[in-house]
Amino acid sequence: MSNEPLLRMEGIRKVFSGVVALNGVDVTVERGEAHALVGENGAGKSTLIKIMTGAYRRDGGRVMLEGREVNFRSPEDAQEAGVVAVYQEVNLLTYRTVAENIFLGREPRRFGLIDWKKMNADAGAVLQRIGLDIDPRAPLGSLNIARRQMVAIARGVSCGAKVVVLDEPTSSLTEHEVTILYDVIRRLKAEGVGVVYISHRFDELYTICDRVTVLRDGKFVATRLLAGLEKIDLVCLMLGKQREELRQQGATAFGEHHAGRKGIAPLLRAENLTRGRKLDHVTVEAGRGEIVGMAGLLGSGRTETARAIFGADALDDGQVYLEGRALDVRAPNDAIDAGLAFLTEDRKAEGIIPELSVRENLTLAALPEMSRLGVVSRAKQDEAVGRFMKRLGIKASSAEQKIRELSGGNQQKVLLARWLCKNPKFLILDEPTRGIDIGAKGEIQSLINELAASGLGVLMISSELEELVEGSSRVVVMRDGRCVAELRGADISQDNIIRAMAEGSAAGEAKTTTGAADAGR
Amino acid sequence: MSNAATTGGAGGLGRARIADYAPTYGALSALVLLVVINSIFTTNFFDLNNFRNILLQVAPTVLVAVGMTFVIATGGIDLSVGSVMAIASAVAATQLDRGAGVAILLAVAVAALAGAFNGALISGFRIQPIIVTLALLISGRGVAQVISRGGQLIPFSNPSFEYLGKGTPAGVPVQVIVMVAVVAVAVFVMRATTFGRYVVAVGGNEAAARLAGVKVQRTKIAVYALSGLLAGLAGLIETARLGASDAQKVGLNIELDAIAATVVGGTPLTGGRATVPGTLIGALIMQVITTSFVMNGISYSWSLVIKAAIIIVAVYIQRPKVA
Repeated sequence: MSNEPLLRMEGIRKVFSGVVALNGVDVTVERGEAHALVGENGAGKSTLIKIMTGAYRRDGGRVMLEGREVNFRSPEDAQEAGVVAVYQEVNLLTYRTVAENIFLGREPRRFGLIDWKKMNADAGAVLQRIGLDIDPRAPLGSLNIARRQMVAIARGVSCGAKVVVLDEPTSSLTEHEVTILYDVIRRLKAEGVGVVYISHRFDELYTICDRVTVLRDGKFVATRLLAGLEKIDLVCLMLGKQREELRQQGATAFGEHHAGRKGIAPLLRAENLTRGRKLDHVTVEAGRGEIVGMAGLLGSGRTETARAIFGADALDDGQVYLEGRALDVRAPNDAIDAGLAFLTEDRKAEGIIPELSVRENLTLAALPEMSRLGVVSRAKQDEAVGRFMKRLGIKASSAEQKIRELSGGNQQKVLLARWLCKNPKFLILDEPTRGIDIGAKGEIQSLINELAASGLGVLMISSELEELVEGSSRVVVMRDGRCVAELRGADISQDNIIRAMAEGSAAGEAKTTTGAADAGR
Repeated sequence: MSNAATTGGAGGLGRARIADYAPTYGALSALVLLVVINSIFTTNFFDLNNFRNILLQVAPTVLVAVGMTFVIATGGIDLSVGSVMAIASAVAATQLDRGAGVAILLAVAVAALAGAFNGALISGFRIQPIIVTLALLISGRGVAQVISRGGQLIPFSNPSFEYLGKGTPAGVPVQVIVMVAVVAVAVFVMRATTFGRYVVAVGGNEAAARLAGVKVQRTKIAVYALSGLLAGLAGLIETARLGASDAQKVGLNIELDAIAATVVGGTPLTGGRATVPGTLIGALIMQVITTSFVMNGISYSWSLVIKAAIIIVAVYIQRPKVA
């Protein structure tokens, strides 16, 4: 029994209304181990930890805790057995004290009343045990996010947690706070607690974790020791690529590359974009007729860069130039007025207005041009809608069909048309072909190519390496909020992109752009 | 509107419209049913004078409910309308000596400002609409009482102002004309203007609307200002009809009637969809029930219970069908 692992999950399966989210996933967590869980979008990490911590019921497989099969019905159930999750959004009571939060629901009692003295003393002891200097009597609200997270961990420890799950614990922490977290994790490990650690930041995984389990598309890929595992191999596992295969070319609908004309001021230049730890002095530029690809793993800062250029998030620093002119972009509508367009990654949350028709969705951004004195010209709307439905081959029963009833590919075409009818100068595409069928994918890819050929500048974020390699005239690789490499011409290969994603700089003569961007435009 | 493409799509367009306004048709059928039943069983119901009275009584509610429809379409709510009516009433009554026109303009402007203030707090500081407008619901009536010198009844005699509540050009009460005009303009604004489209876009998906260049803050402020303005207008009509300003009573509980009319009419509280004609019908349904109960000598208390039941049924029928 003693060589049984602390937590063993075998053949885990989970189906959501007919869609298989997890199938045949195995994970084992040993005592005193920090175990990393990685995977790209849709890999199934969050589903897995929700099953691990009792938030979801599994549809298949076994979960063994210290050699005994367990069947958690709720997070409380899992917590009682010793499996505790600490989420990004900490579920604690802001107005109560640290001690109350730690002992919430199981306060020490004396004569039926809460024994405050004992509770504060016990809380102090727990905090000390994991090396934290926090006053147990302080209201939780007076602590910053990092310290609240520590309190949540302390709560888990005080429950006698054997396994602590940390889901992206560092996403809102500063560098210094991250080191405090590391100390806490090391103490937990020393006490024999198993830590499951989810993060997109490779540096963190390699610093604090012992082993890593990789998931892809809801399936188990591999479990490896981190020591000795090359980052590039880890990236290959995450993306499902063999290192030998990397040089092969896939089949996308992109034609020949459209290299931006040299020696001309770039159409768009974004300089020193900085926002907290998400963006660290990112500089990107793109010329007329150029498709600049942007690669990077989940959480590397690609979408953040796009949002920053488009004025969707407030920045700490940075400046965007279009045609050499500095833009004053405070909100998306400023960027749009300047001639920018942004096709978002998450169609449902940030693209479609579900209850409105294809016509209304398609013309939403162009309403100012299609109206006089605030009155929308139905004729102009119908003209544009008819033209773009035909040009992009949008399949809908009519222009009046609600957009939510359309397939993903057709929705994407409507959203693309929303921008094209504005005649933008620069197009930002965030995962333009994600989650759409093969046919629509090819159509959208050749359309992007056509648009670039007609003189638009394009920044294309994609997780599909084939798309980047074949579609881009230049590829910028992001990692941990920085541009770590820029690949041109013959250097653009899946191999080089993966290398840069993993290690921060590409092999060969590809130049790195970190901080080296020349000041002149 | 005249090219071939439009004509080709007309069939589909018609079908989509019917589906789109199905809630309205549901409410409309309910209204017709109520009128038919009452015409048969309630003595003196089918009578021009009675219909005139129903319209007269429903007018202020409809004005407020139209504003409410715009607010709810953005996913918000405006609880402060009754208090804004009281403020407008108090302003008008105390400013009447400057002339009816000036008093009306001032009162409506103050009401619109109060609404804009709601909108600014909601969009600028991201406080929940229900909280912000609840605050004005509470404080607004206090303000109205302060304006009207401690909340006393202010009677007045000003024929040109009172015309707003008592005039009957060509036999039609002025407030009914105002109501029809407001509904007509609102239908047009909601369907055919950029503002109307932005309102439903913001309610349907605020993040997407913002990224499509919609000025979300401005749209929200405008919507609450519009709600305030229409509430102010309703307050003036009530005041003119009464011939006195009663800051303690004007518009009391009207926010609930307005919300009920909007919801019964087919505008979901979640926003993103709105039907102004539906709201008119919703308000009429509520009024017909009240009237028929009064005419049949059934107690007012029972009509409240029936109204509540109708609201529940209406919302149940119109609940989103999950695919």
